[in-house]
Formats: sequence, C-alpha cells, structure tokens
Amino acid sequence: MLEQQLFNALSLGCVYALFALGFTLVFGVLGVVNLSHGAVFMVGAYAALMAINQLQMPLWGALLAGCLFSGITGLLIDVLVLRPLRARNVPHLIPMIATIGLGIAINNLTQGLFGAENQRFPAGLLPQDPLTILGLHVTELELGIILLSFVLMTLLLLALKKTQLGRALRAIAESPRAARLLGINVEGLFMVTSFSAAAMGGLAGVLIGLYSNALFPLMGQPVLHKGIAVIILGGMGDIRGAMLAGLFLGFAEVLSVAYIGSTMRDAVAFGLLFLVLLVRPKGLFGSLKERKV
Amino acid sequence: MKTHLLSRTTLAIAAFGCMAHAIAGDIKIGVAEALSGGAAQYGFSIRNGFTLAAEEINAAGGINGDKIVLVVEDEQGKKEEAINAFKKLIFQDKVLMLFGPTLSNSAQAADPIAQSSKIVVFGTSNTADGITSIGNFVFRNSVTEADVLPVTIRTAVKNAKIKKVAVFYGNDDVFTKSGYDNFKKAIEDQKLPVTTTETFAKGDVDFKAQLTKIKATNPDAVVLSALIAEGAPIMVQARQLGLNVPFIGGNGMNSVKVFDLAKGSSDNLWVGSPWSLQNRAKENNQFIIAFTQKFKSPPDQFAAQAYDALHIASEALRKVKLSGDLAKDRAALRDALPAVKISGATGAFSFRQVTDKSGAPAGYDAQQTPIVSVTKGANFEIVK
Repeated sequence: MLEQQLFNALSLGCVYALFALGFTLVFGVLGVVNLSHGAVFMVGAYAALMAINQLQMPLWGALLAGCLFSGITGLLIDVLVLRPLRARNVPHLIPMIATIGLGIAINNLTQGLFGAENQRFPAGLLPQDPLTILGLHVTELELGIILLSFVLMTLLLLALKKTQLGRALRAIAESPRAARLLGINVEGLFMVTSFSAAAMGGLAGVLIGLYSNALFPLMGQPVLHKGIAVIILGGMGDIRGAMLAGLFLGFAEVLSVAYIGSTMRDAVAFGLLFLVLLVRPKGLFGSLKERKV
Repeated sequence: MKTHLLSRTTLAIAAFGCMAHAIAGDIKIGVAEALSGGAAQYGFSIRNGFTLAAEEINAAGGINGDKIVLVVEDEQGKKEEAINAFKKLIFQDKVLMLFGPTLSNSAQAADPIAQSSKIVVFGTSNTADGITSIGNFVFRNSVTEADVLPVTIRTAVKNAKIKKVAVFYGNDDVFTKSGYDNFKKAIEDQKLPVTTTETFAKGDVDFKAQLTKIKATNPDAVVLSALIAEGAPIMVQARQLGLNVPFIGGNGMNSVKVFDLAKGSSDNLWVGSPWSLQNRAKENNQFIIAFTQKFKSPPDQFAAQAYDALHIASEALRKVKLSGDLAKDRAALRDALPAVKISGATGAFSFRQVTDKSGAPAGYDAQQTPIVSVTKGANFEIVK
C-alpha cells in the first residue's frame, strides 16, 4: 500500500506543479499574482474538448488547441487589462484585483456558453485500463503528467538560465525600469511571458481534465487555491520552487490521508505549509530579490 | 403587472383548455410550481404529470361527475413568489387544495400559510426533513433519502453478499453530508461493520489516496455519498486501482449521467429511487406510454410523483361529499386524505403520519418501497 500511496503522491504533486509553473512564471516576470490563471486553465480544457468534439481532432491536436487558446487568452489579458494598468503605474494590488474580476467574467461566459453541468472528454481517447508496474496500478496519463511536468520545469529552467531571452527575462525580474534602460523590449517580453504561462496553464487544464473526467466552468478554482499555496511555498516566481512545492503539497496530502485520516487532510497539509513558511518566510527558494509584494 | 397576470392566465389556459369555462360543479385545485428560473426543469415535469392525470380523471367521468380544473401559478422557485402564489390561490381563486411548491426551501416558507388557512398543501417534490412537521394540513408523496438509503443498503447487502463496507463521502457539502448521516444510521441499524470512513472535498480531482486506503481495508462494497461530479471520477479511479467492489450510492449518484461521465467504469453501482423508467408494472407502463405520447418525451421521477399525487387526491375527493361551503369542504378533504391507498406509477402508496418538534402528530409523509437498481452497461437494472 505504501508504494501505491507514494506513487499517488508523486502524480498528484505533479498535477499541482504543472498548474503552478505558469502561475509562478507570470509572477516572476510581471510581478502580478494573476488570479485569472484558474479560468485560463479551464478555458484550455474546454478548447481542447471543442477541438475533439466539433473538429474531430486527435488528442495531440487538442492539446495544441488548448495551449494555443489559453495562450491567446493570457495574451489578451495582458494587452487589454494589465498593460493599461502598468501604463498608469497603479499600486500593485490593483492588477491582482482586476484578474479576480477577469476570472469571474471568463467563468460566467463559459457557463453561459456551455452550461454549468459536467462534461468529459470522450471515453477511449486514452487507454483507461491501468498498467501494473512492480505491483503498482498506474495509468499512462499519470506517467504522462509526471514526465511532462519535469520536462517543462527543465525546459523553463534552461531557457531562463542559458538563452538570451532568459537573461532578458531575469533582468526584467530584477527591475523592469533598468531592463528598459538597457534596451530590452520589456513590453514585448511581457507578452511572450503571458502567452507561454497561459499556454502552460491550458496544457495543465487539458491534462487534468483528462485525469478527472470532469470539466465544468469552475474547475479552475480549487486548483487555483492550491496553486497559490504552492507558489508561495516554493518562493514566489521561482520555477524549481513551484515544482518542489507542488510535490510537497501532493505528498503532504496523500500521506496525511494514508496515516492520519482524510478528514484531516487539508488541515495537515496546510499546517505543514505554514510551518515551512515560519522557518523560511520567503518560501523554499526565496532567492529572488524582494519585489513589490 | 397586467402582462404578468395575462401571461399567467394564458399559461393556465394553454395547459388546461377548460380553465376558461370553469363552471359551478368544477373542482378547482391550485398548482404552484417553478415554471421559470433554475428549478423550472423540475417544475415543467411536475406540471406535465398533473396535466396528464387531470385529463385522465376527467375523461373517465371526473369526480362523481364533477371535472377537475387545475389553476396553475408560477412560483419561480423562490420563497417570496411561492408565498404570493399560495395567497392568490387560497384567497382569490378559492381553490379546494394546493399542490407544490417545487423546492423544499419554498415549502418551508409557504406551507405554513396553507396550514393556518386550513387548506391541504400537497408536495410532490419536497424531500427535506421537517416539511410535514409544519402541521396536519401538510402532505407529500415525495420519498426522502432517509427512507430510500436503508432499502438500498439492505437490497445490495442481500444480493451482492456484502459483509463489511467502507464509507466515502464529501464532507463540505450539505447534501452529501446529510446523505452520509442517513447512510451511517442505516449501516448502524443493520449492524454492518465499517472498515474505514474517508472524506473528500468539492472540486478534488484526485481520489486515489483515499481509494488506495479503502482498498487496503478489503471492504465488500463502498458506500458513496457524492454528487455525480465527484462520484463519477471516483468510480473511474477506483477501478483503475483495482478496487472492483460494488458502489452503493445516494440520490446524488442516481443519474443517467454516470454512464457518460464514468464510461467504462460505471458498472455495479447500486442506487435506490421512488420511481424507475425500467419498471414495467402495469400502472407505470400505462403512465409511461400515455406521457410519452402526449409530451413527446419520456417522463421522469418528478412527473411520475405529480401524476400519482393527483390520483391520490382524487381518491380522497371521491369520498368527500362537497357542500359548497369552502371551509367545510377543505377540512373534509383533509380528513379523507390520510386513509387513501393507491397503486400508481411509483408503486403501492399510503400515508404515514409524522410528528412535529414537540412530538405532537402533524402532517403526512409517503409510505412507499423504493426501487433499487444496479448499473450494467448503460442501464439501471431493477433488483427485486
């Protein structure tokens, strides 16, 4: 039983991490806690569902459609809402409040278009029968989620560390004004970041939608709440931190169910999170310079 | 306001062509249901059930020669509107008795008005605790989870050779928590050992931690109080973990959506319900055929309960000699109702008197045996 629970924890942790990667990236670069990320996540899942049901796309096409649609949504949020706010140099809480409103609007729009009831991806899209590896029941989707979250984290880290783009992004994270003075196209990079972070959110939406078999307009909200905890624990804006904190939350939840009891799950998981933050107020990887927050 | 009234009247006329020609000797019965708003999907079913029953009764000669005329009001699924609709039907339209309202919440608010006006109010869809405790003019034929769940468990235990169960429920939702309370009581009453009790929260996507733990305790079945949104993924993930025992579900799992949302893993789910489309007993078969013919779509539980309710009321009416004195006739109908026994679309039916908070006798609940079904393929199959 313990081995199965450890695997459950790994896959749940990777679900959280997958969501948190894009979430933390936006904060790291734009300095905005984007609370519409849950809605962006949901939009990706619905876009993929449409691609499959209406356009008869295969799974990979649907994944791409989900990423693209969420990416464009994220881009529009930045261009239409966050940029005008930046231009007016508003206090840092304002963009966050604006994204709450955006999230509600997007959720309601989806509800108006598709209804509030649950939908699912067609059965048979993925092999549903579990594989048995070393006595563990695992599904191909779980393996895919675990693999993808590690690959994405590695790619993001490499991109930020080794490429010119990454160096520019890190310069912006230090100080957008200094970066602009150095001739970096700050607004352009904000758009690139918004697009890629939202696309990752969309990817997470499709994968988690496939995993839970339950698509509904508010599906992003519970994940968003866990996501906030994860990026705070990981150290706001830190990629490795988001990954590690996602895994931490997954293991804390699963092991507290296994050894303490499921009614105590959230109390134990969030209690542990609180303890970690008491010792390390900046989170596990609070290496970034303290920003506006 | 004028258009509002107009639309209500049109509605009534549209539904019951004879309304405009109401004459002395007709028996006016008030129907207040949610015909707009979120609960309208139930309200329409209920209204259609009443319409069909009224036509059948009138076509067969009415009540000792008098025709039944339904006066329909839209209570919009709201407490305030239910109160308004009740007042209009009682004092303005002077109906003999009332059906409705659609939701338990509205019934809690509006039924006391009927009680104090000494007129029978008959709910066909109110399942919350305490509705019939309001007073002795309050009746319902809707069966509550407290009645259904013990029967579901007993039937599953007997047929699937279940010796011990694990319990799994959503602890942050009023409906699933109250389902759990009813399950827990039934399990204790039937002295069924519980291997473990686990919980989940609304919006969870992963249930494997709890299911792995449940599997390790080796239960013969999992008792599940969940809405279909979480219940379907739970069944899928349980099967993926190799937990292949039966699931015993509450009312939240009693939905054909399970065949879609848990496709491939939906077999062996046991649920109880007051009515089933699969039940081919004579009365139900007739009802299903007549309803489908008239409304071009098959009936649901709400239509069946409304249909039966009007037949129950008409049985009582047959025994009442109407004097023309409204207050006296309303009281006489109340006195005749509790003794009615019929066999309708939902099976054999009789009333059972309940008590109010202080223990004094109050209104009447349904005394009925629920139908237990188990899922197989894409169908609920009835278990005898």
